[in-house]
Amino acid sequence: MTKANPAIEVSGLHKSFGRTHALAGLDLTVASGEVHGFLGPNGAGKSTAIRVLLGLLRADAGVTRILGRDPWKDAVEVHRRIAYVPGDVTLWRNLSGGEVIDLYGRLRGGLDAGRRADLIERFELDPTKKGRTYSKGNRQKVALVAAFASDVDLLILDEPTSGLDPLMEEVFQHCVREERDRGRTVLLSSHILSEVEELCDRVSIIRKGVTVESGSLADLRHLTRTAVAAELASPPGDLARLPGVHDLDVQGNRVRLQVDTDKLDAVLRSLTESGVRSLASTPPTLEELFLRHYQDDQDDAASRSPERTAVR
Amino acid sequence: MTAVDNASASTPSSSSSPSPSASGAPSSAFAVRSGGARQLAGTGVLLRFALRRDRVMVPVWVAVTGLMVLSMPNSLRSLYGTAAERADLMRQMTTNSSLRALVGPVFDDSLGALTAWRVGVYAGALAAAMSLLVVIRHTRDEEESGRLEVVASGMVGRRAPLTAALLMAAVANGALGLLVAAGLAGQGAAGALAFGLGIAGVGMVFATTAAVVAQLTESARLARGLTAGVLGAAFVLRAAGDASANEGSSFLTWLSPLGWLENERSFADERWWVLLLFAGAALAQGVVAYGLAGRRDVGMSFLPTRPGPATGRLATAGALAWRLQRGSALGWSIGFFLAGLVYGGLTEGAADLVADNEGARQIFERMGGQSGLTDAFLASMISMLGLIAALYIVSAVLRLHGEETSGRAEPLLANAVGRLRWAAGHLAVAFAGSVWIMLLAGLGFALGYGKEFGPILGACLVQVAGVWVIGGVAVLVHGVAPRAAMAAWGLAGAVLLIGWIGPALDAPQAVLDLSPFGHLPKLPGGDMEWGPVLTLIGLAVALVAAGLAGLRRRDVVMS
Repeated sequence: MTKANPAIEVSGLHKSFGRTHALAGLDLTVASGEVHGFLGPNGAGKSTAIRVLLGLLRADAGVTRILGRDPWKDAVEVHRRIAYVPGDVTLWRNLSGGEVIDLYGRLRGGLDAGRRADLIERFELDPTKKGRTYSKGNRQKVALVAAFASDVDLLILDEPTSGLDPLMEEVFQHCVREERDRGRTVLLSSHILSEVEELCDRVSIIRKGVTVESGSLADLRHLTRTAVAAELASPPGDLARLPGVHDLDVQGNRVRLQVDTDKLDAVLRSLTESGVRSLASTPPTLEELFLRHYQDDQDDAASRSPERTAVR
Repeated sequence: MTAVDNASASTPSSSSSPSPSASGAPSSAFAVRSGGARQLAGTGVLLRFALRRDRVMVPVWVAVTGLMVLSMPNSLRSLYGTAAERADLMRQMTTNSSLRALVGPVFDDSLGALTAWRVGVYAGALAAAMSLLVVIRHTRDEEESGRLEVVASGMVGRRAPLTAALLMAAVANGALGLLVAAGLAGQGAAGALAFGLGIAGVGMVFATTAAVVAQLTESARLARGLTAGVLGAAFVLRAAGDASANEGSSFLTWLSPLGWLENERSFADERWWVLLLFAGAALAQGVVAYGLAGRRDVGMSFLPTRPGPATGRLATAGALAWRLQRGSALGWSIGFFLAGLVYGGLTEGAADLVADNEGARQIFERMGGQSGLTDAFLASMISMLGLIAALYIVSAVLRLHGEETSGRAEPLLANAVGRLRWAAGHLAVAFAGSVWIMLLAGLGFALGYGKEFGPILGACLVQVAGVWVIGGVAVLVHGVAPRAAMAAWGLAGAVLLIGWIGPALDAPQAVLDLSPFGHLPKLPGGDMEWGPVLTLIGLAVALVAAGLAGLRRRDVVMS
């Protein structure tokens, strides 16, 4: 899946602020041309990682390559080909949005004037307003227009849509798809799971400064459980003995259980042996996937870790 | 219910744990619809918060200003030991308009009266500066940053933040007034009380001025600049008024709160009614500020922001730095030119007077460093502007810090802008700007004085060496220990104090040597010494280089 030259390659990244260990051996690989989701609970280290990628913070240990270069040493060369949208966009009070867009464009690889005009229209942005007169969403639009209109290879977007309304969210998603179609790479940090599901080819989930999961959404789905509820013709066989079955609840002919999605087949076979009258199976949602990763539950983590290594 | 509300709001201590009724149902028959206690709910909590936030700045400011005042009787005693000398000084002061313009008229020859005469205007100005910083910091600064929005959404009345800010200023000025009154009581209790109240009064007048200005602009920086401009105008009006009147004060002096302080005649048959002017002005401005504050939206102002261009021409980090700093650079330029013009114009007359008094001449000679009196006067004034230029360079260099902590530097540095290039723009404005404002001051001095263009311009440029060292330290602190960047202000303040009151106190050379300005040749009049000037410039360059090296190696500070 990974092409020969990944756009971002991070391994064993460590970064501490005083006693806080913000990144504790982070790994991240983003292939050229993909849209990569970057997920994790608040405080997991996403923004810190992005700032290391941008050469704004200096890593304590680990290897960071971005567009084939070291972002700390070759910051300027690398930045020429990157557009960055921070999660919290602050603008200068006495500069208009249009001035900021043009400034950022010129300070990168340049700006496509036609695309700039088009984006301003699509995002319904008034470029003549100044600094603080913009709302949070509109400040983000300024940074987004500047990023999408810039002539760059890699876009790093840190929760770029947290202030956008659903219509603008739609416009944003469309823009990201256009970027992908033009062969650009996007690293998208987001908490909006529908957005991630819609846009991302692959995702990495980090927690407490460590990557806990990385892969395509299909891969990750595989790791979750499917909820099954069935009414059978006769009491079921010994389902508890099957691998990957959890929370089994048998009430006469009725069965409720959770099963690891990759073990679903054996369970269904066992159920059909008892004659299925009705069957409801709920596929895993992305939310469940993330909640399981985000939850700080030792037992859960302990019970899952062998499975994870098994899949890998 | 209303009674509870009133009680909880009017006694700050109890409003920290507001009763549930403070959030009262709007439909309540007893509800206060506008004005009244409801608008002040939460003031006590905000005041305590302000006290905590200012727990370093205000005590230091009060202590330094207070000590400056309290050290004066002793230093005056050493200069004018006998009653005859003091009477002599007083007689000369009343006949010389230039020196009167500089330090105001003398009303009595007691040590207390001379102290009030010598430091009154400066102590008042320092109290005013403290007050304007405190008030803007707790009002417009909070609004501009958006922090007030969250506070205002709590159980906080519409006028509570402004009230808390003014109370904070009152606490600070009260402490300063008390310190002065207690410390000078030995010179006469009534005079000491009048003087302490007067200084606090000046502070409160400017606190309320700041409160009005904070309603007018959206930018805290602009609000500070405008209020400082009012303070500068008060300074000039007082000086112009005193220069133009032979007996007493002209109406110009009466336009300035600093003139009121002087005309309160502390230790010289006090005019207590002058205190009513302070109270009246503070009250009037307070009413205006409260009226405006109650009428406008949070975060908005009465000077609306005009729309800007849809496309921009800014193309480099340097151009951006200039764009961000040009406004304040312009303000400093005008101020320095005018100051040069005014003091240049006073030179001739001031020197005449000083020639007659041994003690005063010594002060000027120590400040200015040589015996030609017009030159000594010019030199001391030029070195004073050099000290003030140190404040300019610190503020310009620390723009880097402001850009960084506000989070605006982060996306900028994520572009193809190296850190050095980013810093270079602001440092160019800071370092070249300090040359520029000293040149303008020199131009003003030369025009005001009417001769010696070359030597005066040269003397002003020599000051730049000292200014640059202070700027260099600011760059170093920002580059190496960004969290301590504000300490650069402390350094500039210390240098200002050493240069300002060091000579008057006849401070030991070791203390004067701590300031880079102490090593500069005394110009015009003295001999140009290239050694120390070049050494200081070299030191400044080294400091900047070390600071930039630090900046390249460290993490960008995150907001």
